[in-house]
Amino acid sequence: MINSLFLISHSGDIFLEKHWKSVISRSVCDYFLEAKEKAGDPENVAPVLQTPHHYLISIYRGKLFFLSVTQTEVPPLFVIEFLHRVADTFQDYFGDCSEVVIKENTVTVYELLEEMLDNGFPLATESNVLKEMIRPPTILRSVVNTLTGGSNVGGTLPTGQLSNVPWRRAGVKYTNNEAYFDVIEEIDAILDKSGTTVFAEIQGVVEACVKLTGMPDLTLSFMNPRLLDDVSFHPCVRFKRWESERVLSFIPPDGNFRLMSYHVSSQNLVAIPVYVKQNISFLETGSCGRLDITIGPKQTMGKSVENLTVTIPMPKSVLSVNLTATQGTYTFDLTTKVVLWDVGKLNPQKLPNLRGSISIQTGSPKPEENPSINIGLQIQQLAISGLKVSRLDMYGEKYKPFKGVKYVTKAGKFQVRT
Amino acid sequence: MTDSKYFTTTKKGEIFELKAELNSDKKEKKKEAVKKVIASMTVGKDVSALFPDVVNCMQTDNLELKKLVYLYLMNYAKSQPDMAIMAVNTFVKDCEDPNPLIRALAVRTMGCIRVDKITEYLCEPLRKCLKDEDPYVRKTAAVCVAKLHDINAQLVEDQGFLDTLKDLISDSNPMVVANAVAALSEIAESHPNSNLLDLNPQTINKLLTALNECTEWGQIFILDCLANYTPRDDRESQSICERVTPRLSHANSAVVLSAVKVLMKFMEMLPKDLDYYGTLLKKLAPPLVTLLSAEPELQYVALRNINLIVQRRPEILKHEMKVFFVKYNDPIYVKLEKLDIMIRLASQANIAQVLAELKEYATEVDVDFVRKAVRAIGRCAIKVEQSAERCVSTLLDLIQTKVNYVVQEAIVVIKDIFRKYPNKYESVIATLCENLDSLDEPEARAAMIWIVGEYAERIDNADELLESFLEGFHDESTQVQLQLLTAIVKLFLKKPTETQELVQQVLSLATQDSDNPDLRDRGYIYWRLLSTDPVAAKEVVLAEKPLISEETDLIEPTLLEELICHIGTLASVYHKPPSAFVEGSRGVQHKRLPGSAGSGESVESPDTGSAAGVSDAPPAVIPSQGDLLGDLLNLDLTPPATTGPPPPATSGMQLGAMDLLGGGLDSLVRFRRPVWLPAMKGKGLEISGTFARRAGVIQMEMTLTNKAMSVMTDFAIQFNRNSFGLAPAGPLQVLTPLSPNQSIEVTLPLNTVGPVMKMDPLNNLQVAVKNNIDVFYFSCQYPISMLFVEDGKMERQVFLATWKDISNDNEAQFQIKDCHLNAASNKLQGSNIFTIAKRTVDGQDMLYQSTKLSNGIWVLAELRVQTGNPTFTVSLAQQTVWSNHCSDCAANY
Repeated sequence: MINSLFLISHSGDIFLEKHWKSVISRSVCDYFLEAKEKAGDPENVAPVLQTPHHYLISIYRGKLFFLSVTQTEVPPLFVIEFLHRVADTFQDYFGDCSEVVIKENTVTVYELLEEMLDNGFPLATESNVLKEMIRPPTILRSVVNTLTGGSNVGGTLPTGQLSNVPWRRAGVKYTNNEAYFDVIEEIDAILDKSGTTVFAEIQGVVEACVKLTGMPDLTLSFMNPRLLDDVSFHPCVRFKRWESERVLSFIPPDGNFRLMSYHVSSQNLVAIPVYVKQNISFLETGSCGRLDITIGPKQTMGKSVENLTVTIPMPKSVLSVNLTATQGTYTFDLTTKVVLWDVGKLNPQKLPNLRGSISIQTGSPKPEENPSINIGLQIQQLAISGLKVSRLDMYGEKYKPFKGVKYVTKAGKFQVRT
Repeated sequence: MTDSKYFTTTKKGEIFELKAELNSDKKEKKKEAVKKVIASMTVGKDVSALFPDVVNCMQTDNLELKKLVYLYLMNYAKSQPDMAIMAVNTFVKDCEDPNPLIRALAVRTMGCIRVDKITEYLCEPLRKCLKDEDPYVRKTAAVCVAKLHDINAQLVEDQGFLDTLKDLISDSNPMVVANAVAALSEIAESHPNSNLLDLNPQTINKLLTALNECTEWGQIFILDCLANYTPRDDRESQSICERVTPRLSHANSAVVLSAVKVLMKFMEMLPKDLDYYGTLLKKLAPPLVTLLSAEPELQYVALRNINLIVQRRPEILKHEMKVFFVKYNDPIYVKLEKLDIMIRLASQANIAQVLAELKEYATEVDVDFVRKAVRAIGRCAIKVEQSAERCVSTLLDLIQTKVNYVVQEAIVVIKDIFRKYPNKYESVIATLCENLDSLDEPEARAAMIWIVGEYAERIDNADELLESFLEGFHDESTQVQLQLLTAIVKLFLKKPTETQELVQQVLSLATQDSDNPDLRDRGYIYWRLLSTDPVAAKEVVLAEKPLISEETDLIEPTLLEELICHIGTLASVYHKPPSAFVEGSRGVQHKRLPGSAGSGESVESPDTGSAAGVSDAPPAVIPSQGDLLGDLLNLDLTPPATTGPPPPATSGMQLGAMDLLGGGLDSLVRFRRPVWLPAMKGKGLEISGTFARRAGVIQMEMTLTNKAMSVMTDFAIQFNRNSFGLAPAGPLQVLTPLSPNQSIEVTLPLNTVGPVMKMDPLNNLQVAVKNNIDVFYFSCQYPISMLFVEDGKMERQVFLATWKDISNDNEAQFQIKDCHLNAASNKLQGSNIFTIAKRTVDGQDMLYQSTKLSNGIWVLAELRVQTGNPTFTVSLAQQTVWSNHCSDCAANY
């Protein structure tokens, strides 16, 4: 199982280590640092590395490497999932998961890691269980603690940890009982030069924010559950009910959680909300090129497209760009060579256009690669797959909660080839 | 306020100041001080000098302070073992605390103090905690057993903790079950033969129940444990599959992949015509696709596993090609894996799409990726014949881009396409030749030279082209030099008139000016060939070449089967069996897929089922005495798997010899096994071996040693017809490729149902062994005693009657010296020669014996021993004329 964890900064500085079994010298990280050096871009470091005596399994999040060391054969996915959970927990506790924040909260971090793993076996990874044992730092609490000598470690047995519903603690109380669900869909798509869809799918999630007193038992049903043939649920969802009746029946965790994620891949169901007319070309001679991009609405179901952005990573030999945008503003990052065009809201009457010239380092040959155009966008009050919640019922408690459902569609990995 | 304040230092010396604070009377000050100590510890500062002061803070009611002190203890106990003993009392006391959280915390911390001296004190509290009324404490204690085992395995066994742990598998709380399974699995890894996780239908049922209720991590442990079980029949297999399938919808990808492993394995047992089988296949695709929308690290592991799944069961994902299309911002390691799977899934139905994608990738930024994409186009051409033409034109388009590395890759793959489809696409050669000058990589140069040589008759200026390469002959890599030599010889054979000078030049370069033995030898061979018999040379050099095979990078089927059993583990990421890289894994057992229960599947090797069955049987640690003696009688001295108890102290020549050899047996084994196939004759493969009869099965035990420089694979064995119809009962089990200087022990079970032909000598056996290099023949002799069957004891009456019936022609008599009667009787029985009766006549001991050969022939014997004279007289009688030979073999005893 997991022996040790090292936190390594973007620049290769090992700033925290934790061992759950015998101590492993941090020199083991040298293998990783070597691989990192070789990979260049930190995102390209292979997640599983083998050294003569250890296996190094790492993730890269928030400009930090979480590197775990194991000595025996373990399922790498188990380790990777766990590392992401650690990062999620830091995010949850400190509002951010960066080197600075972790250094500021070393003791809490250490206490958390100690609770999350025992002898390399995961112990408490549910955020509500952890929060009962180690309270998240808040300004108010640290002031109170210094005044009263209180501590941020709870003295009770985490009630949730052994009950049939380990994700929910007992005795939850709210004055306003509310349950909100956000259906968020991301479109992953690849469009080719001519605008035809090469590949498209929808990654959807239902995020919930449930603040209900007691032990409520909820049932969420959809207008068109047939859409969902590939789903992953939070452990609280009763799988049998889903199999037989296609409803989500569950006792919710307290607070924010991801109820379910799903995946719609059948091509005809994936609507592409915008089209992109583009032309990026480099001249054979004269070290310059031209760029012309126009974006227009395609299948938006009558909703407006907002927060439209266009990102184009230019070839390395590009020196500068001289462009004019009819709407929004654009920037060109000289080090990463990325053109970022922030369009804003898409106006169907007056289509936004970005055009102008690109200049290339004199003497360097015509770039070999074709830059790809990455689109970001958001459509409020629409789930592009057509998924709709029909009703939410609550059993087990007497009060009437406030209920709400929100839909939003975003572009995920949405790219247009040139 | 943040913890960074703990890092501020003062001039006076940090340690000194902390010491003062730790000994302060004020609780709050103490706690702050401990926090500072912990903070220093986390950044790697040495604060071990404060050990006594920190331990003094341990006895407190403040839980946070207690926890912090525990943290410190765990870190430094090892370096200060004597001090750590001071903490023991507090632990023992805390294990009795009314608060279960404190009890659990104490038992958890105890196990992390890796000091031998302390562990003994911890056994009693641990025992109590394992039976604690609170499940939280029990589940913590279960993990503690694994910790303790890591520190002192013997202690854990002596204290009976393993049994307690096994009992916890039946605990009422699912989390306790999960942790017990996790702990046992970890312990079992260091004890491969311990049979700790003894899985039977009852325990399986308990695990399946716990599976539904425990945490995601617990589910992973339970699923991985389930995967080691072999169901009794297809119905049990189906019912387990049904209960595992809901896990495919779990949000935790590790749970999903572990469930996939269980399903992939148990599916093997389901009959293919079963409806459920089809349903299951359909259910497997969506979760695998979903894994690809997770974080890139998860995607990578998922892709490596999908690569295996696609090779084993391509039908699962055959419609999901598009999810493997590469996205611009995928990390490079994900891109390369996706590309590999795309080619595996490529078929006639989707080839157009795949080719369009690959062409797109060939204009990407990353050089490695572009190269692989170009290569992939070539692989598509070779895999899907209908697409070959389109692939070639795509490659030509890419060559037109003139991007240097693209051109070079394209030429390398076009060479392979020529080898697969000769005389079809040679029209493109002209285009290739245009790019000759831009090639600077050896592989591309060699490929181009090969093409020029192979098609020299169609290239007008082939001689000029090759000559241009020849100028810098000595600067080329060996690969190019060899290729150039061959190409020029080919050219000469095709156009002898104008290229005589060129061939002279290259031959002298290769033979006289080169230090490379391969090059020199090849040069000489060509030279001799050309000078002695140009016609023969033509036949040899321009011989028709076999077409290259379809897919060259498939994982070998037996390895693939093993890897399927390891889905989700590191083995599946490396595509190597765990034995190849897990440290200290001497005992890692090779896992095999269970045999299919339905009608015989052609995919499976015929013995898969039985192999799985054998591995399930508890390994016989102590061999029966008969086996041991049987071996001795064969003068083979092969000890069975483990050294058994010393044989009973009977005297006798062989036993004496064994005593002399004493414990050195093991080292002698290999030495004593006769070499059947010397490495000289076997192109580096050496085979030595013996025969034995174990538990009624005739076995051929061989040691294969690779003394060549290259890896050997694809072993197979066959026997010629022989006197007793011996034939292999299964294929030769060489699972992994045999690397140079490696040897492997193989046991081949034999049966006697093969074709019969009388050999001379009778026990001669001609064997053919094949590997990737060649086929080799050798012959060896087996002891007849191997064929003596277990039911060779004849009824007394029958014996008498038969003895009389046999004519004197079929009798033989001879003498053996230096034997004792009882010992002889025992020994003979060990090799299935049974004593029917014993009489004493005229001061002579008479022993009547019978034995039966595997082909049903009975051999009867009379042993006469003069009392006081250790000489035997043996009379043998037999129903057939083979008695002479049998008497020979009896004489061996």
